[in-house]
Amino acid sequence: MFGSAIGPLIMPITTAFKTEIERISILDEHGNFDESLGKDLIPNADLVRLYEAMSACRFLDEVAFKLQRSGRMGTYPQNMGQEAPSLGAAYVLTKNDWLVTCYRENCGLFWRGVPMESILMHWMGDERGNAIPRELHCTPIAIPIGTQMLHATGLAWASKYRSEPHIACTFFGDGATSEGDFHEACNFAANLEIPVIFFCQNNFWAISVPGKIQCSAPTLAQRGIAYGMPCIQIDGNDIFAVVYAVKKAAAYTRATSKPYFIEAVTYRLADHTTADDARRYRDQAEVDIWKQRDPLIRTRDLMKKRKLWNDSKESDLQERLGKEIAAAVARAEGIAAPDRTDFFNYMYSELPSDLIRQRETMHTHSLGQDPSQLPAGAAMPTATAH
Amino acid sequence: MANLNLVQAINLALSQEMERDDRVIILGEDVGANGGVFRVTEGLHARFGGTRVVDTPLCESGIIGTSIGLAMAGLRPVPEIQFEGFLGPAYDQLCSHAARMRTRTRGAFTVPLTVRVPVGGGIHAPELHSDSPEAIYVHQPGLKVVMPSSPYDAKGLLISALRDSDPVVFFEPKRVYRAFREEVPEDEYTIPLGKARVVCEGNDLTIVSWGASVIQCMQAIEKSGKSIELIDLRTLYPMDIDAVEASVSKTARCVVVHEAPLTGGLGAEIAARIMERCFLQLEAPVQRVAGFDTIMPYYKLELDYMPDSARIGQAIQDALAY
Repeated sequence: MFGSAIGPLIMPITTAFKTEIERISILDEHGNFDESLGKDLIPNADLVRLYEAMSACRFLDEVAFKLQRSGRMGTYPQNMGQEAPSLGAAYVLTKNDWLVTCYRENCGLFWRGVPMESILMHWMGDERGNAIPRELHCTPIAIPIGTQMLHATGLAWASKYRSEPHIACTFFGDGATSEGDFHEACNFAANLEIPVIFFCQNNFWAISVPGKIQCSAPTLAQRGIAYGMPCIQIDGNDIFAVVYAVKKAAAYTRATSKPYFIEAVTYRLADHTTADDARRYRDQAEVDIWKQRDPLIRTRDLMKKRKLWNDSKESDLQERLGKEIAAAVARAEGIAAPDRTDFFNYMYSELPSDLIRQRETMHTHSLGQDPSQLPAGAAMPTATAH
Repeated sequence: MANLNLVQAINLALSQEMERDDRVIILGEDVGANGGVFRVTEGLHARFGGTRVVDTPLCESGIIGTSIGLAMAGLRPVPEIQFEGFLGPAYDQLCSHAARMRTRTRGAFTVPLTVRVPVGGGIHAPELHSDSPEAIYVHQPGLKVVMPSSPYDAKGLLISALRDSDPVVFFEPKRVYRAFREEVPEDEYTIPLGKARVVCEGNDLTIVSWGASVIQCMQAIEKSGKSIELIDLRTLYPMDIDAVEASVSKTARCVVVHEAPLTGGLGAEIAARIMERCFLQLEAPVQRVAGFDTIMPYYKLELDYMPDSARIGQAIQDALAY
């Protein structure tokens, strides 16, 4: 393209490109509902299910926090406040579309069918929590920041290669947009025409680093412009806005095999993880404002307004969730300890002989040497000269 | 049977596997119409089209990261990284994801990708075009690492790598690319990963090497006039330490030769394994001939950096005189 772009030496001043970023809000924090966009978007029965799913995720989050504080679980990243974005996406997308997540998308994963105990086991340090069936089309929780966007691009590329209609939706935070892999994934997907929805959860904080250090532009959505993608900013605490945007993005992406960028403005109500203390770097006043913007509150209020919900249903729900989540915790904690050689077993499709030897000798005095040696802790034989 | 150089042998392996299995796709920088900067993928774009031989944006992490997604979805991507010096940007994807995906998902997902990487010095290339980083990738659990030294082995090993269910880093020694030709069967054959080759048999001493250094070793053996056994490891992980043990148990002396820097190099690992397995048979300490712990010099001095037959010959003498 650039090689042939030889224009006249003196060019008139014109506008080479102009755009604007659309912002979508349907159900705001004050209960205002935009009928023009929101009518018939989510049937009432589904709205109740979505609310219950957000409540379940929130309940689990609180239980997980207590488990960590009481020493029953390791470091855990709370999802509180960010239930709507991944849930709305999982609700809209088909079961064959890939959900490629990082670690604050529990709500969407549960909707897709990932058992709660799997997520608990993951953070309890048990790798069996990652044994998510392939047919759920979810990738495991991604710990490095931004790397999973490239996997989503590859997964969607494979669908395109096989002429299948499936797309991928990948989630990442505001901090991830500073990573090189973010650029590479957007650039790859845009230029090779790969059907991916890039779904940014802008929660304002990358641990303690505020968004202004990640991006100087007024929106993160406009990062997508540079790749020629349609981009949209939405209220990420508004389940209607999420569903609206993902429907639009999925239809576009499926029809054109091109990527789409969604920035969902949301907020991390809890610390980054249980190892973090957000009071060190952000004001409580800010948190208090966002507590009023909680996605659960506005959804519940709307359901009450529509006579779909009342306090008795709420207490029934909380009681049911209490039992279900206690059972999930019991399953996660009650599972028999893994075999002590377990971590050898999934290294390769066929374990190399050297690894078999290391596995056989892992509890002897000298790793990887003579399998006939005594187990560690046993009395050593009297040394003899060779 | 055709008389092929290493570039042609790899090209033949790629085209035959692409013919056989439509899950195999090639992606990378300049691999399409240009046929790759070393012409390894020459003709494949014309034959298989742009959906199977894909010119990507210029981004190594992206090439490996998308290959991981392709592989998780069941395809067999063969990404090319243009030079080993540019594998660094993809290190995170290779080591944080490709190598770990099988364990992270307890076998639900595998990453059957084969990343082809030209490696090593000796071709008068600019900086970052002549390094030997193989030990870094051998040290990463979950990867397999291969480095052939001949056209025949290259074809058989590459086909095995392409059919393997796990991620393979396939290093291609640039210095051998067009150094010589040998008979390479048109017919399908494979060489199993993890099996060394005894290049020549001998009784006085064992040399263990791989990649372009194998040729320097052969010259040194010829000059020495001794009965020396040369083992080409071919696969660096999993390493055929049984073959090394069998040979050193017979010869009692060993020289390890590699182009990569000395410290933390595979020579150290091999020497330790020999100590564990052949201590009582050894007549001399294991000798190492390696690159220096310096930045690989620009090409005016690259031959002073790389092990040559004179340095290898000295190590042979030292081991035999012990």
